[in-house]
Amino acid sequence: MQTFNNASAGDIVFSLAERIIENRAYLSEIDGKIGDGDHGVNMAKGFGMAAERLKGKDVSLAKAFDTLGTLLMTEIGGSMGPLYGVMFTEFAETLEGKDVIDAALFSKMLRAGLSGIQSIGSAKVGDKTLIDAFVPATEAFDEATAGGKPFAEALAAMTDAAEKGRDSTIDLVARIGRASRLGERSLGVLDAGATSCALILKQIATGVSGKLQAA
Amino acid sequence: MQRFVNNPDLVVEDTVKGFVKAHSDIVRLAENPRVVVAKNAPINGKVGIVTGGGSGHEPGFMGYTGKNMLDAVAVGELFSSPTAKSFHDAFREANAGAGVVCLYGNYAGDNMNVKMAIKLAAKEGIEVATVVANDDVCSAPLSEREKRRGVAGEIFMWKIGSAKATQGGTLEEVRVVAQKAIDNCRSIGVGLGPCTLPAVGHPNFQIEPGTMEVGIGHHGEPGVRVEPLKTAEEVARDMVKIVLDDHDLPSGTEVAVLVSGLGATPLNELYILNDTIETEITKRGLKVYRTYVGNYFTSLEMVGATLTVMALDDETKPLLDLETRCTMLL
Repeated sequence: MQTFNNASAGDIVFSLAERIIENRAYLSEIDGKIGDGDHGVNMAKGFGMAAERLKGKDVSLAKAFDTLGTLLMTEIGGSMGPLYGVMFTEFAETLEGKDVIDAALFSKMLRAGLSGIQSIGSAKVGDKTLIDAFVPATEAFDEATAGGKPFAEALAAMTDAAEKGRDSTIDLVARIGRASRLGERSLGVLDAGATSCALILKQIATGVSGKLQAA
Repeated sequence: MQRFVNNPDLVVEDTVKGFVKAHSDIVRLAENPRVVVAKNAPINGKVGIVTGGGSGHEPGFMGYTGKNMLDAVAVGELFSSPTAKSFHDAFREANAGAGVVCLYGNYAGDNMNVKMAIKLAAKEGIEVATVVANDDVCSAPLSEREKRRGVAGEIFMWKIGSAKATQGGTLEEVRVVAQKAIDNCRSIGVGLGPCTLPAVGHPNFQIEPGTMEVGIGHHGEPGVRVEPLKTAEEVARDMVKIVLDDHDLPSGTEVAVLVSGLGATPLNELYILNDTIETEITKRGLKVYRTYVGNYFTSLEMVGATLTVMALDDETKPLLDLETRCTMLL
C-alpha cells in the first residue's frame, strides 16, 4: 500500500500557491469572458499570502492547508474566498493529527472539502461551477481505489477527471453565480472556478505522488 | 492605462486610507482596516445598519456611512465581496445591543460571506436580520425577482432603513420597511464604454464605439441588448419605459428618482438624461417627489448611467425626508 507522511508535506501547498500565482493572468482572462475578470487576481492574492507564510517552513500538510484555508476565508472575499477557504480548512481538519496519509484518508479529505463547499454554496453538477471539476474528480479517485488501483494511479484518475470536468463547462450554461445572468451567452467558455479547481487538484496530486512510498 | 494608481494590488487599501482622511468628521476606520464606521456609531438602543460590497463603486457603500445613515460598512476588493470577517466586524461595530440589519445586494459572494458572518455573530449573541437588494430589472425576469442583482436602489433601501432605525424602529420594523423600499425600486443601466480593473490592466468587456449596451450590470455584466447609440432623449425614454413597464404603479403615485453616472460620464449628460426622464415619468401619470442626479453608484470608469425609480407611500416619504450626514447629498 502506498502512503505518505503528513509531517513536512506542507511544501505541497507552497508549490500549489506558486502555481496559482503563475496562472493569475490566465484565470482572470477566463473569468473576464463571463465574469468580471478578478478571479486570478483574488486567487493570486490569497495564495500569495499563504506562500509567504509557508516559505521555508517545515510544516505538515494539515497545517499548511489550515494556513491557506484560514487566509482565504479571512482575507479574500468574493465567492472564492469562502468556497476554497471552507474546502482547505475541511482538508486540514480531516488530516489533523494523522501521521500517515493513505488513499482512504485522502478520499475522506476530498469528501469533507466537497461537503464544506456544498454547505455554503448551492451549486450542483452541471451548473458551470467548480463543482463540475470537483465532483467527478472525487468520484474517479474513489472508483480507482475501489477497483484496487494504487494511490498514485487513483491520483492520476482524479486529475484526469477534474480536467475533463473542467472542459465540460465549455458546453454548459451557467446556472449559478455571476455568469448565470448571461444565460445562453455563457456557453462556449470555460468556467473560471472549475479551471482553478482542476489546477488545484492536479497540483495536489503531483505533490502527493512525489512523496508516496510503499508502506 | 491612464490611471492614478500606486500598486494595482493595493488600490482598495489606498482608497480607504484617502477616504477616511477626507471624511474624518463623518467616519472612522475600525480596527479591521476593511470596515468603515460612522463616527457616532454605535448608538445606544438603536438598531445598527450595515452594508458591504466590492470596491470600485465609490461613493457606493462606504460613502453612505454617517449620521442617520449606515453605521458600518464592510469593504471588499474591487468588484468582489468583502470577507465574512469584515462583515462580521462591521456587525460588531454597528451593534448597540438592539441587533443589526444588513442591507446588501444580491451577488453570490456577498450572499455567502454574509451568511458566514451571521453565523459568527450569532455565537456572540448579535442578532442580524437581512434584506437583499434586487432592483436591477434587466438581470432577470420579474417572475424570478429573487435572481435579480442589487444596484443603485440599494441607496434608497439604506436611506429608508437607516431613517427607520434612527426613529427608534425595532429590528423587525427596520427590516420590513427596508424590504418595502427595495421592493418598490426598479433600476436600469445603460453602458457606453467598458471599465478596467487596474490589476487586470485591460477591459474585460467591450462596447463598440457607436453602440450602447442596454441593461448592463454594475460590473459590466452584459445587458439585454446592444444597439446603436441613440440621442439622450431616446435613451432616457427607453430607460423610463423599461423600469416602469416592470412596475405597475397607480396614477398619481409619488416617486423618488435617482440618475447615477457609472464613473466616466460627465455630470452634464446626467442632467440631459434627467430632463427627459422627468418628462416621461410625469407623462405616465406619476409625480416626481425628489430627484437625485450625480455619481451616486459607479463602476470604476465605465461610461454610462443608471436610472432608479422608487415608488413612495405615506410611510416611506417621511423616512426619505429625514436629514442625513454622509458624503453624498441625500
